[in-house]
This record gives sequence, structure tokens and C-alpha cells, in this order.
Amino acid sequence: MSWIPATDADRAAMLAAVGVRSVEELFAAIPPGLRMETWDVPAGISEMAVREKLGRMSVRNDVCSTSFLGGGYYDHFIPAAVDYLTGRSEFYTAYTPYQPECSQGTLQAIYEYQSVICRLTDMEFTNASLYDGGTAVFEAAAMALRVTRRNKVVVDDSVNPLYRRMLETHAANLDIELVSGRDPADAACVIVQNPGFLGTVRDFTALGEQCHAAGALLIVSVYPVSLGMLKTPGAMGADIAVAEGQSLGLPLAFGGPYLGILATRKEHVRKMPGRIVGMTEDKEGRRGFVLTLQAREQHIRREKAMSNICSNQALCALRALVHLSLLGKHGLAEVAAACHAKAEYLKSKLGFARLLNDGPTFNEFAVQLPKNATEVASALTSQGYLAGLPLKSVGAGGDNDLLIAVTEKRTREEMDRFAAALEEVACS
Amino acid sequence: MQLIFEKCRQRRAITFDAIDVPEAVLPAELCRASLAELPELSEIDVVRHFTHLSQRNVGVDCHFYPLGSCTMKYNPKLAEAVAAYPGFSWLHPHLASLPAYHAKCQGALEVVYELERLLAEIAGMKAACIKPMAGAHGELTGVLLIAAYHRDKGHAHKDTILVPDSAHGTNPASAAIAGYKVVEVPSNSDGLTDLDKLRAAMNDNVAGIMLTCPNTHGLFETNIAEIARMAHEVDALLYYDGANLNAIVGQCRPGDLGFDVMHYNLHKTFGTPHGMGGPGSGPVGVSERLLPYLPGPRVVKRDGHFSLETPEKSIGRMTAFFGNFLIALRAYAYILHLGDAGLRDVGRMAVLNANYVLARLKDAYKPAFPATVMHECLFTASPQAEKGVHAIDIAKALIDRGYHAPTIYFPLTVKECLMIEPTETESKETLDAFCDAMIEIARLVDEDPESLRAAPRSTPVGRLDEVKAAKELNCARLSPHLA
Repeated sequence: MSWIPATDADRAAMLAAVGVRSVEELFAAIPPGLRMETWDVPAGISEMAVREKLGRMSVRNDVCSTSFLGGGYYDHFIPAAVDYLTGRSEFYTAYTPYQPECSQGTLQAIYEYQSVICRLTDMEFTNASLYDGGTAVFEAAAMALRVTRRNKVVVDDSVNPLYRRMLETHAANLDIELVSGRDPADAACVIVQNPGFLGTVRDFTALGEQCHAAGALLIVSVYPVSLGMLKTPGAMGADIAVAEGQSLGLPLAFGGPYLGILATRKEHVRKMPGRIVGMTEDKEGRRGFVLTLQAREQHIRREKAMSNICSNQALCALRALVHLSLLGKHGLAEVAAACHAKAEYLKSKLGFARLLNDGPTFNEFAVQLPKNATEVASALTSQGYLAGLPLKSVGAGGDNDLLIAVTEKRTREEMDRFAAALEEVACS
Repeated sequence: MQLIFEKCRQRRAITFDAIDVPEAVLPAELCRASLAELPELSEIDVVRHFTHLSQRNVGVDCHFYPLGSCTMKYNPKLAEAVAAYPGFSWLHPHLASLPAYHAKCQGALEVVYELERLLAEIAGMKAACIKPMAGAHGELTGVLLIAAYHRDKGHAHKDTILVPDSAHGTNPASAAIAGYKVVEVPSNSDGLTDLDKLRAAMNDNVAGIMLTCPNTHGLFETNIAEIARMAHEVDALLYYDGANLNAIVGQCRPGDLGFDVMHYNLHKTFGTPHGMGGPGSGPVGVSERLLPYLPGPRVVKRDGHFSLETPEKSIGRMTAFFGNFLIALRAYAYILHLGDAGLRDVGRMAVLNANYVLARLKDAYKPAFPATVMHECLFTASPQAEKGVHAIDIAKALIDRGYHAPTIYFPLTVKECLMIEPTETESKETLDAFCDAMIEIARLVDEDPESLRAAPRSTPVGRLDEVKAAKELNCARLSPHLA
């Protein structure tokens, strides 16, 4: 059971070349008392048996229910070509492009990824990816501290509560004052999210002006698919745009790998964390791409680096690029329009519940049911529905509040049946 | 090669069914002024574009990749196959957010539970947590655990983390982000942590020490027991950077060596792909004393049912859910297949291969240190540099010969460093051919140095102007209205 090609004869020849009698001699530097004798690791099983075992485990997970579950992570259509192209092993088995001449595929792809993200957000610079939406919020806040040399970070209630908790955890040992609200006075930044966690769509242009008057940065966390329709962070005057990029061609995957997006304006690019690809040329004038501004990074700057990030989510960035290239300018707009129209349709069918949003919504909205939302959602699982996210479970609402998401994958018929089922369970 | 934006012809690759509900509109002031200028091509144009880009890349599947400190081993296709199972890849993470949905994700929760148990056992730790999304994220998690431990014990004065000068740059960067002062400890002439200087740096303010073992010189820290004793004497915790775990897997375990907290690089030791730089996965392992502080929520098993609990003194959420779950799943498949005997052989063959390369190259290149190495061997190209051929020239000449370059100019402690890590998944024939190429290059240093300085010539572009890139900072083809 192994992927080791060495035969016994190879091993013997290599030991002879090294000048030792056994492999054991090569481990002589480890003090004898510290060598491992036994461990509780089972014997290996064949490829066939591994696939059988994991296949059985995979079918204990429900991916067949009609889903209205979102909460920051959405079940969007992914074109078949995304898997096939990003599954090419010249991409996925390559390393970080530190040797640019033999990594032009990676480097040009990241340059193109940076370009589509800038076009989507109306920002000027973006990095080659961060881990996910929550760590992007942390990195953006840390960047704002570097830019403003202040230590107060203001987080609006519109921000995903999981991001907020991740921010608190990552910043636990730093001199950061985390406060709620939108007041930019003395703050390094104000962080908002659009659409908000409960789905409400806002224009933060005026807040951006207030932030800049107070010397603070505006950080806007966005849902990339919504930018097929909604006003961009760049147009709102955001200094940093961040996003969870999962909706751009990444499967839900029980939480990852996802894609952390961080984009900014030119004046802040040297304070930005993560790798960046830039265009240049060789001696013969041929266009090429390299990692640039590396003096910001940990492998050069060590404890003075902008961030500790090394491995990122490059393959996920490639997925986003391929996905957006296949959808195209009009395709993304059509997906956004479908998500919005379908969510509005479902909303119109839920007259028995009280809508909690205080403004327009995109593809997700919150309702207060006549009954406990967790009990309702639980009852609906047996009818083949994931009814949504009971907001109490993430500390973002009361017992009866339910967050409902709709993507382009849901049909009118599914929504009609779901609305009826929800009404029956919630109102009986 | 053209950019994808230069190939746009207003064609459509993907079309959708007509929307089956009434159209809805949002107020114009909430909408974008014009559509995002995304590429518009037919599907075959998109497919050819990215296929051609892939052909301008080098992966482990096409070439030997002896990149020191990166463990570029073969990425088993078994792992790719199981990661594509819809029961995993389509699963919504919020099913973990409330107990009423837990029955819908028992298989995935079992993967997390079983993998964490196996990782802990493999490293001799009390428990592991798969959440951190990369090695550096694992480091930050580990240092935050150390901080939580000291905060809990009232050690407010402990403000320093010690890091050897041979450490990866992520170590000091992670410690700094966790709010610590970083003090560097020099290596001695044997390439090991200098015990006297460590003793001099050790005092009651030290919260922890971050060590890589074997270290980035490819050498096992033979004084590890003494280092652990010195650290624990002042209640400083010992952090194990798992970047080089491949050397010792199945031979000795960080937990048994006295480490309190560590990270694993699943994309190194456990065969998951590097993906052009990521996604990787950097689980943490902890000893008993750090158990109460692990990030939450954690998968627990009661009466055969898997559910979630947050440890009492948890540092909080490092990730929204289970980190790079599909990467962890690949590592689980890897461990299940290799099992006890297979994993033990990983460390043995990784070390034999590295010593074989050292034996074959030590006459042509000067070893950085005289000792037997573990999983990687370091040379200094200083003698070649005196003749005008630098480590970078040797690296580029290897690219022309069909090999990815070794790691160069790292660690910073070795001048003109060439760092070669063959891994266990390469055959003797591959290593022989690589060594032949290295020896040929060493000969050309005397006979035709200009050919080495002009390399690479077989690639789509030659050496690129990095100064121009940094000066012009052309990092995106912006929308016409911003350009």
C-alpha cells in the first residue's frame, strides 16, 4: 500500500552508494529514547477499499434536498468546463510560481484573475487570493491599522456573524479595539457588508464620505454574484473590498476550500497582504508575468511582513476566473437577475410570515415565523427541504427567525411547493 | 500568448433557461452603472485558452520537482477521486450550524473526527484540529493557543517568542501577528540551534519557541530533549513547525519529542496537491495542556452519533467551518491507503532518497553541512559563484533540462543555497537522471558558463525583468472606465 516506486534492489544500491548498511543508520541523529515503537494507526487498505469506505460515508450526507440554505455560502450552478480545466494537473500539481519562466500558465491566470476581480468590484488592485471571506475581513482590518496607524475597528451588524467571530479570534492578542456600529470617529476602518447578512441591500456611498472625512477607511464585504447587478464597492468609495469568493464556481464542499478576495485602491497597494502578479517582459521584449512587490511578504520581511500568509487559494482563484470567463459579462448579470427575481417570487408567497428586512433584498431575506424556526426547519427536512438558516443558531436573530436564500437553481414549481409546505408546518 | 480579454468576440459560452418567475427590479441607485467587463468567448475558446495556459506550467505530474522545504511528492489520484464525491463536494457547511441538521452531515462529521484522531496519533499529540487553512494559518492558530494558555495562567509578562535564524519566514510573521516580540536564535556551525545562545535568550518572558525538526538545514535537532527541558523550565511552550514532518513520519513523533503544539502541512506530508500555491491545509495538534483552548466548534462522538461542541476555554473561530475540508478529505484517503506500514516507509524512503542525492552530488557541489541529512540536502554554490555562476543560474539551467528548480537562496543562513528535497515518491532512475544533469551543469561552470547564465531558453519566456514589474505595477487589465 504505497506510492513509493523503489524496489528492494533500488534500496540496496542506494544504501551502498550512501555507504550505510541500513536505512536505520540514517536516523542515528534521533536519540534512541525518542524513537517511536508503536502507534495506533491501522494497516493500509487498497484503493478499492478506500473508495468503498469513503463512498459509504459520502452518502450519509444530504445533498439531494431542495435547498434554501445560504447564510453567506450559496448553491450556484457551476459549468462542467470549470472542473475539467482546473482539474488539469499542470495546474493543480504545480507549486507557487517562484520560477516564473516555467510558471507562466499560473502567473498569467492570476493576472487575469486579478483583472476580473478589479472589473467586478471597480477596484484598482487585488491580490492573488486569501483563504476565505472571514480571513479576508481580518486581513483588511489589519491593513487599515497599518494605513491609518489607529487601532479602533468598527464592525457593522450587517457583517456575517461568523466573520465577526473570526475577526475577534484572529485579533485576540493584538492591540485592537473592536466596536459595533458605523461611527468612523477615531477609527481605522468601518466594516460593512452588502447585501447584509440578513440580505438587505444598501448603498454605503454616504458612509464612505463620512469615513474619509474622519480619516477612516471604508471596508465593504460583498457577495460576488450580487455584483452582476448591485452597485460596486468601488463606486461606493470603498478603500478595501473583501469577499467570500465561493459563489464564483466553487462547490459548497462543507466549508472549503473557498476563496478570500481582497481588493484595494492604488494608494494602499503596498500595505496589502498576499501575493500579487505583475506584467513585465524578458530581454527579447516578450510579455511575461512575475510575482511582484514581494518585499511586503513573510519570506522576505519575516516578522515585519504585512501578513504571515504563504500558501493561498490559487487554484480556487483559477476556478473563479474560469467560471467568470464561461459566464461572461451578460451571463453573470443573468444569474444575478434570476437569483433576485426568484427570491422576490418566493418572498411574495410567504405572506404568513413577517419580513424582517428594512429595505430591498437581493437573493436572501429573513422572516419571522409564527413558530420556532429550528423546529420548523427540522420538520421540513423529512419532506426533502433545507428550509434555510434559523438565525438563532448563529446568534443573528430570535427563536422564530429564519434566513431564506434562493439561487438560479430553484424553479418556480419547487418554490410553490416549498411555500405551501412551510406554511403548513409553520402555521399549523 | 494573448490575454483572455484580448480574445473576446462577444460570444456566449453558457446560456440559461428563461427565468420562470416575473422579472424584478431594484432601485437604480442600488445597482451598478454598467455591467462588469468580463470576457465573452465561446466555450471552446475558453477551453483552449486555459488548456494552453496549463501547457505553460510545470506540475509534479509532468516533471521532477526537487523543491526543498516544499515536499512536492506525487499527489495520488485516489484522493482526487474521493474529493469529487458529490456527497462531500456539494454539502452545505451550515448543516453543521444547528443540531437539527446534524443528521444530514454525519458522513462528513465522521471524516473530520476520524482524521483528527489519526493526525493526533501520527504526531503523538493529544488531539488535532483540521480547521487552519494553510501552514501559516496553523502557525497563527498555534501561537494564539500558546497566548491563551499564558493568559489563563496569568503570565502577562510573557511577551516573546524565540525563532531560530533558519526558520521559515512564516514563523516570525505568525508570532508577530499574534502580538509577540520575536527574538532570533542563531544556528551553530553544525547547522543546529546554538544551545548556548538559546540558553542566553531563554528567560521568564519567553512564551514559546518555534522549531522546525528536522530543521531547514535538513538536520535533526539532536539536542531536542535539552531544548524542551530548557523551555519547560520557564513554562515556555514548544511549537513544532510540521513543514518537515515527512522526514520523521513513522520514525519519531513531535509529541514524544516534547512539543506542546504543532501544525501539519497536509499538502506536504500527506500528499495533497499544492494547487499553484494553494489551497493547502494546516491542521494543528496539541498536547493535553492546550486541549481546552482549541478552536471551536469541534466534532465529538457520543453513542455513535457525531455532533459539535466548543471547548470551554476555546480561542474562538479560526475558520467559519472546517477549513479546507476537501483537502483534509484527500489526506484522510492518503492515510487510509498507506496505513501503518506505508506511512513508516514514507519517512524511510524520503531520507534514503535525500542521502542518495547527497552522495551522488557531493563531489560536484559543496554540501552546506557535513552531517548525514534527513529528507533534504543543502549545497552552497559559493564555489561556483566565485566563477560567475550563481545558484539562480544553476536553477534556470535545470529548467532547460526538464526539472523544476530546487529551492534557492533559502534558508538565509546558507550562502548561494541550493536546497534539494527529492521525496519518497521518486524512483532511482529519476534521481540518477537529475543528478547527471546537476553534474553536467557543474562541468559547464568551467567549460561554458555563459550558457548557464543565458538559461532558460526552452521556456515560453526567458528571465523576466522584475524591476520593471515592481516599477510599473501593471497588476490588472482594468475596466476601460478605470484604466
